[in-house]
Amino acid sequence: MSVITEPKTVIGKAANYVDERLTIGSVLKNFGRKVFPDHWSFMLGEVAMYSFVILIISGTFLTFYFQPSMAEVHYEGSYAPLKGMEMSIAYASSLDISFDIRGGLLMRQVHHWAALLFVAAAGLHMLRVFFTGAFRKPRELNWVVGFLLFLMGMAAGFTGYSLPDDLLSGNGLRIIDGMIKGIPLIGPAVSSGFFGGEFPGTEVVARLYSLHIMIIPALIIALLGIHLLMVVVHKHTHYPGPGRRDDNVVGYPLMPVYVAKAGGFFFLVFGVIAAIAATFTINPIWNYGPYDPSPVSAGTQPDWYIGWLDGALRLAPSNLDLVIAGFVIPMGVMLPIIVSLVFLVLVGAYPFIEAWVTGDRREHHVLDRPRNAPTRTAIGAAGVTFYAVLWAGASTDLIAVNFQMSLNHVLTAMQILLILGPVVAYWVTKRACLSLQRKDREIALHGRETGRVIRLPHGEYIEVHEPVDKYELWKLVDFKDYEPIMPRPNKKGKITVGTKLRSAISKIYFEDRIAPVSKAEYELAHADHGHAAVEEKPKRKPKQLKKNL
Amino acid sequence: MNDKPMRRKPWALGIVIFLGLVLSGSGYAAATSTYQAEFGSPEQIAEGKKLFLANCASCHGTNGEGAIGGPSLIGVGAASVDFQVGTGRMPGQASGPQLYKKPVQFTEEQISAMAAWVASLAPGPAIPAEEYLRADGDATHGGELFRINCAMCHNAVGAGGALTEGKFAPGLEGVTEKHIYEAMVTGPQNMPVFNDANLTPEDKKDIITFLKYVEENDSVGGLELGSIGPVAEGLFTWIFGLGFIIAITVWLGAKAN
Repeated sequence: MSVITEPKTVIGKAANYVDERLTIGSVLKNFGRKVFPDHWSFMLGEVAMYSFVILIISGTFLTFYFQPSMAEVHYEGSYAPLKGMEMSIAYASSLDISFDIRGGLLMRQVHHWAALLFVAAAGLHMLRVFFTGAFRKPRELNWVVGFLLFLMGMAAGFTGYSLPDDLLSGNGLRIIDGMIKGIPLIGPAVSSGFFGGEFPGTEVVARLYSLHIMIIPALIIALLGIHLLMVVVHKHTHYPGPGRRDDNVVGYPLMPVYVAKAGGFFFLVFGVIAAIAATFTINPIWNYGPYDPSPVSAGTQPDWYIGWLDGALRLAPSNLDLVIAGFVIPMGVMLPIIVSLVFLVLVGAYPFIEAWVTGDRREHHVLDRPRNAPTRTAIGAAGVTFYAVLWAGASTDLIAVNFQMSLNHVLTAMQILLILGPVVAYWVTKRACLSLQRKDREIALHGRETGRVIRLPHGEYIEVHEPVDKYELWKLVDFKDYEPIMPRPNKKGKITVGTKLRSAISKIYFEDRIAPVSKAEYELAHADHGHAAVEEKPKRKPKQLKKNL
Repeated sequence: MNDKPMRRKPWALGIVIFLGLVLSGSGYAAATSTYQAEFGSPEQIAEGKKLFLANCASCHGTNGEGAIGGPSLIGVGAASVDFQVGTGRMPGQASGPQLYKKPVQFTEEQISAMAAWVASLAPGPAIPAEEYLRADGDATHGGELFRINCAMCHNAVGAGGALTEGKFAPGLEGVTEKHIYEAMVTGPQNMPVFNDANLTPEDKKDIITFLKYVEENDSVGGLELGSIGPVAEGLFTWIFGLGFIIAITVWLGAKAN
């Protein structure tokens, strides 16, 4: 038994006071000893979280001055080319924030740049989680939470983008209005419910404001809380390496290493955003003018995270409309809605799809190197390509005018790319992964080629291979190999359609695979007199011999 | 000795009459020149015709009546010639969806001569009077007109935009006041004509005022990234914003090892 001593310092006494009443010490002790692994790619989610904090700080400032009203006023602020212009109070107050409130423009720009970075960092974080297989059991649900967070990020961005009631954002809202109205049966009613009558009405800015500053941030905070709680419950994943197993985490404790590091990192992110906001204009609403339903500016685009949906609208063929019993189903609108919804559902459900295909019910805390899951990596590459083409599709006009091409040709090229691109990306990525795995195997078995050729006493030339060190070797051989699942009859002796489908998909996943180097193989390759076993290309050798003879 | 005041001298009356004639004549010319066929001196017209035959006739016909390569120039007016040749678009370099701006091929004098000759063929829009080109009109009104009439092709701040089949609306930065005005009255290439019934000369002046305001006043928010809106902002976020942040994460990750 240790002797409990009374604390003597002021801080010690204060801590003791709190601990005696809340017993927070044990929580802090446990939490502070939580170990996190170190890798740059593990900090991307953190960037998104910090951007969100910066969004809340700058957003709070903006709420002090922004007025979400669509009542008409004459602008009397200091921006000359709009003086006396009739506009909504929302737009006028946004202009005041930009021109007449000290620090207002900087805050607006911090807020907008942080929003772009928030969604970008979240997207990149998702890609990291996907390509390393961090979504596998037990983290499937956290993937779903993260996916919802990404959607909320998009929603927060879009509602905020529309608030200043400038021409650009008004055009964006008009597109949304058109999409809603294009939905058969319910469209017009939903639109008029949302806008409080015919577009643009006088209410939508106030409604978007409630969503933007209350509902969506509250949802994001709640989801973020769940997201982080799950990270603590699951413990963090780590990359394969010596001593890294599914039942441990190799890294540093939260206290003091990560608290200091993460705290510092927050300020670095804030610094980068502030520097960008102080140097580069973003969303110059004064250029766009007040919203008026008649003008549309060339080069009207949404912010980047909505871009892929805009691209889907642009790339959809316009001649596929269906007429059912006299009612037109506008496929130019419905096709993008359906395609993007299917895409989103596939993204959100991927962990469950993969778990079903592999039939793997074990927990995974060691990450996959992307090459060691060739099909998943290839699917990811195809998905990224699909998204990227849609995204680029939103800037067809800018591509055409800046690269001096025909807009129509750019559109057609994008349509072809949208279908062909993912197929090519899948194939190339899968082959690249398999080749990389073969290379890993080669290195594990035979070491690195040194380029040093020596002649043996009896005249034979060989290249000296340098074996990799054990530390490196671990990374090359430590991964799980899956095999295609055979369709097996169930208890009633029947092979169901589901089982057949599963085995077919499983075959696509694992038919081409490179097995990790086994212990036996490794020992054989490194046995003193096992050189013959190392030379494992018997098929080619005799041929060459024949030629030489 | 001659000690009469200057105004009493016998030739003073001659000077007064001369000045009066010059003033009323040029005043009348200034007031009426805007939309009348503007005739230069016969020498200038003759010089213009010579230049036209040497440089333009192969496409536009020897009498400006048009040919396979180019449209008729009868009635296009001096403003059209001044715009097309003055911005270097004419003589055209190659046929295509649209002619590009390039270094101007003729001197001011030669351009005026050709403009005078083309204007002598039939009445058409004249080169605008100086008073509409001073960019001292109402920028607010000009901005509103610009957004309603021009922004759908030229972008809200005149950064330019795409049209169909390789045609495009060029960016308006650096285009002179005179050429902006002439483009509005003549509707070059794919641009529609904005005549005086559509946009009065005062309206045009306001539009020019707005464009010059935007051009001369840098964005209060900092560097403009080409004024092409969210696409540039998104790319900047991904490449520079996130790029820089990733560099920091790598640095932070490396420090611990």
